[in-house]
Amino acid sequence: MFPEIIETRPIRIWIDDGLDWMVKNWGDAFEAGAYPLLVLLNSIQKFLLFVPWWMIIFVLAAVAFLATRRWALPIVVVVALLLVGVMELWEDAIKTMALMIAATLTTIIFALPMGIAMSRSALLRGIVRPILDLMQTLPSFVYLIPVVMIFGPGKVPALIATIIYAAPPLVRLTDLGIRLVDRETMEAAQAFGATPRQKLFGVQIPLALPTILAGINQTTMMALAMVVIASMIGAGGLGYQVLQGIGRLEVSRGLFAGLGIVALAIIFDRITQAFGKQLQERIGLSEHKL
Amino acid sequence: MSERAIIELKNITKIFGESPEEALQLLKKGLSKSDVQAQSGQVVALNDVSLSVNRGEVFVVMGLSGSGKSTLIRHINRLIDPTSGSVVVNGRDILDMAVEDLRTYRRTEIAMVFQNFGLLPHRSVLENVAYGLEIRGVSKPKRRKTAFEWIETVGLKGYENSRPHELSGGQKQRVGLARALAMDSEVLLMDEAFSALDPLIRSDMQEQLLDLQKKLKKTIFFITHDFNEAIRLGDRVALLNEGELVQIGRPEEIILQPANQYVVDFVRDVNRARVIKVGAIMGKDETTPCEVAVDQSASCEDVLPLFATHDWVGVVNEKNERVGSISAKQVISALARHQATIS
Ligand SMILES: Nc1ncnc2c1ncn2[C@@H]1O[C@H](COP(=O)(O)OP(=O)(O)O)[C@@H](O)[C@H]1O
Ligand SMILES: [Mg+2]
Repeated sequence: MFPEIIETRPIRIWIDDGLDWMVKNWGDAFEAGAYPLLVLLNSIQKFLLFVPWWMIIFVLAAVAFLATRRWALPIVVVVALLLVGVMELWEDAIKTMALMIAATLTTIIFALPMGIAMSRSALLRGIVRPILDLMQTLPSFVYLIPVVMIFGPGKVPALIATIIYAAPPLVRLTDLGIRLVDRETMEAAQAFGATPRQKLFGVQIPLALPTILAGINQTTMMALAMVVIASMIGAGGLGYQVLQGIGRLEVSRGLFAGLGIVALAIIFDRITQAFGKQLQERIGLSEHKL
Repeated sequence: MSERAIIELKNITKIFGESPEEALQLLKKGLSKSDVQAQSGQVVALNDVSLSVNRGEVFVVMGLSGSGKSTLIRHINRLIDPTSGSVVVNGRDILDMAVEDLRTYRRTEIAMVFQNFGLLPHRSVLENVAYGLEIRGVSKPKRRKTAFEWIETVGLKGYENSRPHELSGGQKQRVGLARALAMDSEVLLMDEAFSALDPLIRSDMQEQLLDLQKKLKKTIFFITHDFNEAIRLGDRVALLNEGELVQIGRPEEIILQPANQYVVDFVRDVNRARVIKVGAIMGKDETTPCEVAVDQSASCEDVLPLFATHDWVGVVNEKNERVGSISAKQVISALARHQATIS
């Protein structure tokens, strides 16, 4: 047995009481703060459910064609989405898609500036990196519980949990992409008298874009991976169907919903990857820049 | 210093490391560069370098890799701040400039060409050439027009919409050159601009630069590790060794009077007959009538055939006035290597 060196019970009580106190006193403030997230998620979901199903299939297929300039991916997109519809999972798939898109958009808004700031300050990088490690390795239930306590079950905690889980790769890759920009190219911008702003928007971000896009790809994938857990706290969607399938021992339901998630993953993974590749080719960077 | 000087570097010392001041004190105490590096762990990249560049000349700094050339040239547009010393350009100490003044200085007075081109890969050739003007705030139609003209001048007409990765090395550097020339600044910095190119293309680029320079008469500060390139391009050449200036002079001066063994080693492989100009070694005889005369800027190689039929020939200046004479003996002793071969 490991000897008891200090008494940890008081610390744990202190943490638990602290959280209780926060929920009681700041709960409303937290909810108000997260309200824009709810609005974002709801409007995306409403919009996607309002648009007729064939329109969504057509738009996604068109985007897939633009990204690859080939017919293979659009065909995969059409077939996969039709299958989702046939399996009577269309509405759930849209809800999941909305959660993923809302999480990705919110992540971009927070992760890009953070990654840029980290690329400029070694100190900040030193502080943020371990936090990112923590966000990625901490089992999601550990932060899920306090988040649910604060916001109550529903879409907002699901969204926040998804963001916590999906943000680290984008922050890391933004930071890396900017620091990998060729030194002489940066020197050239400086030698011609560029301001820090001109350097950031004219050189660093455009050249880091393929790497940033790789980060966005990972974020969408991780957000999709989170949907089952998110549905446990009220996100609905395909993850909810999986949960119900498990709960009622209906293997078919779980399997169909699982396949629906896979279909969405394939579609968004291939589309974002293809855009990244297209961008890299345009810039003329080699494939293995990462 | 002289009125002709446009760039004056005074006692530049640059130390890379955590605590450059400490190493600087050691240097001031008279310790050698390697002792300072061993004792303090700092890198002394430049040690007390002073030089001045005249308006309108091509000034070449030549040295082996790691001798501090890139560090030196980056002081002139202050991409690097010295540990001690001053940098005066056009009469102003650029180290005293505030951020905004420094940017204006970089945007208007000085342009730079980089060894690995430093082009923006996501922009077309046209947009790359226009980049400096864009930073300066020139309107789009105006900068496009200027960029088009310079692209044509460097021989890249038709490539305006290509992207850098679609070009060869020589073409990329033409873009780099056009981008710098489009700034129409008085000073042009070129850090090993041709070093990454194949020999034939490099030779082409050297010729083109000399051609352009005849018209443009810019002040060019050129860095190279290739001695032949240095003497071909340079009105004056400075030799840098391990962060210290070894010799400054016209190409012939360096070949005829190398300051030390380090310079001798460089000079050894040079085609002296092509480099040494008649004017540099001629005799003072301006009166004895001669049958044949050559220009003082002719090389030894050019006059050698004449000695098959003459013992000596006259030398004239560009106005065709007699300024001296040169004999076969004088040419031979100039071409013969220094003491090295006698011993
Ligand atoms: N940013 C830097 N930090 C530390 N050392 C440097 C840095 N830049 C150059 N040096 C060192 O200074 C010396 C001169 O480098 P450099 O000016 O690049 O030489 P060159 O251009 O002649 O090859 C080298 O020893 C190099 O390692
Ligand atoms: Mg160099």
